[in-house]
Amino acid sequence: MQNVDQFRDEKKVRVVLDELARVLTRDWTLMEICGGQTHSIMRYGLDQLLPRQIELVHGPGCPVCVTPLELIDKALVIAARPEVIFTSFGDMLRVPGSTTDLFQVKAHGGDVRIVYSPLDSLQIAREHPDKQIVFFGIGFETTAPANGMAVYQAAREELKNWSMLVSHVRVPPAMSAILEAPENRVRGFLAAGHVCAVMGYWEYEPLAAKYKVPIVVTGFEPLDLANGILAAVRQLEQGRAEVENAYPRAVRREGNQPAQKIIADVFEVCDRKWRGIGEIPESGWRLREAFRAFDAEHRFQVSDLRVSESPQCISGLILQGRKKPNECAAFGKACTPTRPLGATMVSSEGACAAYYRYGRRIGQ
Amino acid sequence: MTSLKNLESFTCPLPLRDYRNIVMGHGGGGKLSHDLVQHLFAPLFDNPLLAPLNDQAVFAVNGARLAFTTDSFVVKPIFFPGGNIGDLAVNGTVNDLAMSGATPLYVSAAYILEEGFSLDDLTRVTVSLAKAARRAGVQVATGDTKVVEEGHGDGVYINTAGIGLVPEGVNIGAANARPGDAVILSGAIGLHGIAILSQREGLKFDSEIVSDCAPLYDLVAQMLQVTRDIHTLRDPTRGGMASTLNEIAEAARVGIEIEERAIPVPKDVAAACEMLGLDPLYVANEGKLVAFVPSELASAVLEKMQSHPLGREAAIIGRVVAEHPGMVIARTSIGGTRVVDMMVGEQLPRIC
Repeated sequence: MQNVDQFRDEKKVRVVLDELARVLTRDWTLMEICGGQTHSIMRYGLDQLLPRQIELVHGPGCPVCVTPLELIDKALVIAARPEVIFTSFGDMLRVPGSTTDLFQVKAHGGDVRIVYSPLDSLQIAREHPDKQIVFFGIGFETTAPANGMAVYQAAREELKNWSMLVSHVRVPPAMSAILEAPENRVRGFLAAGHVCAVMGYWEYEPLAAKYKVPIVVTGFEPLDLANGILAAVRQLEQGRAEVENAYPRAVRREGNQPAQKIIADVFEVCDRKWRGIGEIPESGWRLREAFRAFDAEHRFQVSDLRVSESPQCISGLILQGRKKPNECAAFGKACTPTRPLGATMVSSEGACAAYYRYGRRIGQ
Repeated sequence: MTSLKNLESFTCPLPLRDYRNIVMGHGGGGKLSHDLVQHLFAPLFDNPLLAPLNDQAVFAVNGARLAFTTDSFVVKPIFFPGGNIGDLAVNGTVNDLAMSGATPLYVSAAYILEEGFSLDDLTRVTVSLAKAARRAGVQVATGDTKVVEEGHGDGVYINTAGIGLVPEGVNIGAANARPGDAVILSGAIGLHGIAILSQREGLKFDSEIVSDCAPLYDLVAQMLQVTRDIHTLRDPTRGGMASTLNEIAEAARVGIEIEERAIPVPKDVAAACEMLGLDPLYVANEGKLVAFVPSELASAVLEKMQSHPLGREAAIIGRVVAEHPGMVIARTSIGGTRVVDMMVGEQLPRIC
């Protein structure tokens, strides 16, 4: 833990912030991509310590938040079936579908279980040959290798009673979509360190060149975030727009190649709808034809779903960095973590949940 | 008092209406549990002893002030590093008594056993229960046994109730915390919750994390020797420190400010929390207390606590302020601040 503590040290953070104040000459708006980074910023109160000229807007990097409503409703229907054991990361259980959530399905007798790894879900499948085990395979490039590995293993063992409901998404197309938007204010990115640990950062080089934005690979501890912000601001002040690695203890340019190979073997790129944002071309992964037998959407034909989003929820604007959670009329009133209107209020990586949990100020 | 007519027309109040059924979070000790008690049970049972929502009721009988409490234990797994459901059932209840300053006297033990549960295991649990009662200086004065069909219970559930005697001049309650009070924590947090979780999930660490399950009355008695003017005592069990501090801030209508760096968190607990994405402030304890004492008495109380085996790592972790009533604010390790909210929902296995 000593290792982690040094990245949470007040004096070390202060040195970086002093340097930031020294190089800063004007206002800059940066986006941290990952919801984990947003939470860390709020958890440690880093936003309060930054110079006023720096505005951080919060990006779409919360897998739970961007999983489309249609797919959550499908998950709810599948999870309620008597022959199904539905397995999921804990965060998905409270995400509101059109009318209910997985916790409620569980309370009504559905067999819904939290797992820490997709491989635990496979183990449940081996132990319950008479049941259909479904794993909710969501996430960015970070969870894709382990989920891909689970599919690969299931195929090798010829497990007939295991399938995955897939909603994988990719970061770079989402960054393009944000930069293409006419109202975009983002001048630089803190790229998600753990995504880059898997994929490397070569994918971002064409983006930095095309859109003339600095992209700094950034970690999750307060000192990492301070360093990432300093690197992005330094580039902006010097008129540079490069991909820079401020998280070298975890990330190399080429990334984790065996992990990339598993992803490439099991998944293929597809267009994907993002909750609150809409369809983004080439922004998702689906199972390749060879593994289609393990696709829960094929195994359980769920149709005739009518989805309805809360009309009050502005999570789409929040996920694109166009609004802050506390600019939403429902924030903290009609929408709280116990009564979420949208996924951004639920997930441990959701921006609204971070604002609610750590950032409510006196009088709010 | 609620009239009978009102009781008959009682409908489920908001915010409970968001849930048509009980979900696990209603038993998690956080926001949902709190809502259930505050909006359903408290208004229906409506009486001045229950109203402060302390962990125990204190009342006078023939001049003696008695403390009375009850608690049910459904921990899974039944056996865990550092204890089992038997000693937990005694310690949980005597600690609830001790948090009023009471000397625990008698407890009850009611078992709900599942058909098929091993008699050997029942014996082990009961031996632990008996030993824990002896250690805490209480007699198991009454009890009950019920058996339910296989599949309708998890081996064994235990309910205990307890009665204790509150010394004269002692008036401890959540509502008594006052601006200026120092907040003292008796030791490292997170051990019980992580011991249970690591056992249940098969997680391995450098050394085994052992539950802190222990009776706290003796520590409280030592503290009361220094002063009877202890304002508030609570043992932060389910929902952890964060939920306990929020309950106190709300009951006393005061603000609480804590210094995150001052809170002792064992290395292995911190590592497990990192890995599982948990905040130690929300993890359960079974042998720790937080005390709110007037600041001028804080160092004397602290010193006394540190001389007791269960308070060796005691530390002043914060203070009570008049600002932001009902809210707990933490100063973070990098010098920022954040709100420490009550736990929402439940994502952990049952822990007590």
